[in-house]
Amino acid sequence: MQLWLIPILPLAGFFINGVFGRRFSKSLVSTVAVGSVVLAFAWALRVILALGDLNSAYTEHYFTWIQSGFVNIGCDMAVDRLTVVMLMVVTGIGSLIHIYAIGYMAHEHGPNFGGFYRFFAYLNLFMFFMLTLVLAANFLLLFVGWEGVGLCSYLLIGFYFDKKFATNAGNKAFIVNRIGDFGFSLAIFLIMVNFKSLDFATVFQQAPGASEATLTTIGLLLLVGACGKSAQLPLYVWLPDAMAGPTPVSALIHAATMVTAGVYMCARSWPIYVHAPEAMHAIALIGIATAFFAATIGLAQNDIKKVFAYSTVSQLGYMFVGVGCGAFSAGIYHLMTHAFFKALLFLGSGSVIHALSGEQDLRNMGGLRTKIPWTFWTMLCAALAISGFPFTSGFFSKDAILIAAHGYAPWMFWLGVVTAGMTAFYVFRAMFLAFFGTYRGREHPHESPPVMYLPLVVLAALSLGGGFIKIPVFLDKFFPTGEVPEDSTLMAISVAFGLGGIALAYLMYVLKPSMADSFADSVKGLYTLVYNKYFVDEIYDAAVVRPVVGGSRAVLWKTVDAGFIDGMVNGVGTLSRGVGDVLRRMQSGNIRSYASWVLLGCVTVIGAVLFFLGGVR
Amino acid sequence: MAEVPVSWFLTLSAVLFVLGVSGFLFRRNIITVFMSIELMLNAVNLTFITFAYQLKQVNGHLFAFFVMVVAAAEATVGLAIILTVFKNRSTLNIDDVNSMKN
Repeated sequence: MQLWLIPILPLAGFFINGVFGRRFSKSLVSTVAVGSVVLAFAWALRVILALGDLNSAYTEHYFTWIQSGFVNIGCDMAVDRLTVVMLMVVTGIGSLIHIYAIGYMAHEHGPNFGGFYRFFAYLNLFMFFMLTLVLAANFLLLFVGWEGVGLCSYLLIGFYFDKKFATNAGNKAFIVNRIGDFGFSLAIFLIMVNFKSLDFATVFQQAPGASEATLTTIGLLLLVGACGKSAQLPLYVWLPDAMAGPTPVSALIHAATMVTAGVYMCARSWPIYVHAPEAMHAIALIGIATAFFAATIGLAQNDIKKVFAYSTVSQLGYMFVGVGCGAFSAGIYHLMTHAFFKALLFLGSGSVIHALSGEQDLRNMGGLRTKIPWTFWTMLCAALAISGFPFTSGFFSKDAILIAAHGYAPWMFWLGVVTAGMTAFYVFRAMFLAFFGTYRGREHPHESPPVMYLPLVVLAALSLGGGFIKIPVFLDKFFPTGEVPEDSTLMAISVAFGLGGIALAYLMYVLKPSMADSFADSVKGLYTLVYNKYFVDEIYDAAVVRPVVGGSRAVLWKTVDAGFIDGMVNGVGTLSRGVGDVLRRMQSGNIRSYASWVLLGCVTVIGAVLFFLGGVR
Repeated sequence: MAEVPVSWFLTLSAVLFVLGVSGFLFRRNIITVFMSIELMLNAVNLTFITFAYQLKQVNGHLFAFFVMVVAAAEATVGLAIILTVFKNRSTLNIDDVNSMKN
């Protein structure tokens, strides 16, 4: 079925735009970029329709990649039901965001020459790696995609490379991800050693036979990798800074697709996790802690993209709760609906930023509801969905997770419900600050062009109706646990918290705008703590960055490098120079002196032979 | 008729060789130096022939022929070089041909 075509198409787009984009017009660049992704979407759709019910995985083997001893790794791609969901999300949302980006990046020229084609080339490259990650049939190929999306994330966060904070954010994302990837690669080594294979099919078939300790170790190391990529505690710090990239990047990479790779990988490895309950418990704990922690930070942010960034971290936490509680399909369900509404929230905020010519601070917005109505109404759909408003997409998926959490540990349910309330509050706080009240900024707002708001409309429809795509039913044969029975009481509680959050935001930011400030004043210490993101960046800086930098400087640089290694190299240099100084004197340029040396040498050799060997008989 | 002892040949060869070496080392005229080289080659040739005669083996003769061929070739090239050097520098003093130094 030529599965390889799906990732290769965006790669071709990357090469065409990357090599020739400088000479192309903007419309040609966008045609190539969008066309390649839309074609990938169409081909993925064709493949999926042709493959039928997909009750077992469909695998294609292309070539043997590594062959050494018992290591035999092929370049294999596979499609099963989980892949179908991911493929549709990645190519579908990817296409919409590519289309949107044509409008958003239209004014891109400025100091970084050729920004337009560079942006689309990177974006296509990202699609290639993400599709490789999703289609991979073994851990190593998955790792290739995994690292590749990390690279593209780095390139696109630092897209405005003439701005110091953007390049710093790119570095931060890359370095923090290294920590996670270290754990992931250790997990791959362990899998290789224990199962003598990296193919998903082989590994997962043998997984029940391995000892629980081994599986727990592998599971925890995989979790470390997932924590890095999916921005979970304690490695979430890179994601909020990643908002330095252009907004379509935030929507595609840092909300809808790449950051969900960790959830996908954990769900993909379910046969390992079901035999390692400790590791699953760790996933659930990290997930719920991240969900709650990030939501509290989101309450007090003033940058519209930062609000949604912390919201993403928090929602990813939900997905991990789902996976950790054994409700894998609920986690993937939320992954999909979150891709819809969070991509929409980011694209909408991009549209707001575009309308205000670059303004991101909520305090300088307000009253935009009538000025940019398309953006407002579509974003409202996403805000309702993320708040779990009944029968929107977020309502179904979040409840699936919360009910599973209730079955796993009731306290997780309650923490999740409180988080849901906070989520509704901070999202609607951003909505009310941006769209209600009176306009507080100076720029003249203007609605975005259709190429930008049409993707928003599609995403709005998906945010509202996407919950009716019943992922848990679709995946019930794929994952061990079936659909969790619906519990109307628990549903009512979570909806009540969501609506309560919205109502509170309405009260504090629309009815009595002074209330927000007086409330912040009354809990000043707590507010400062949350506003400054619990000083986590500062703590990391003091506890990790400074010791590492200081240690490297004092020990590795001054002592080892400058003292030892340089000393050795310089010593060899000085020695050869000294020897050369002596030997140089022999090179007089006088032929007869050379001949004398030859003669002397011959006489010495003959003399030595005669003296030591007593002559040759 | 009494045979000439082998040691006489070897002594003569050694004397010729030392003459060649001394000429090479102490003369400054390139032509003389060149002839000294030929003298050394012929001294060695004489040694080869002597041993071939004494040991009744043909190898020494073969070596001698090889040396003559190489010497002839070397003489051609060497004389050509000497001519060129003289054309360019108008001198045959070997100590003045040191432009490769520095």
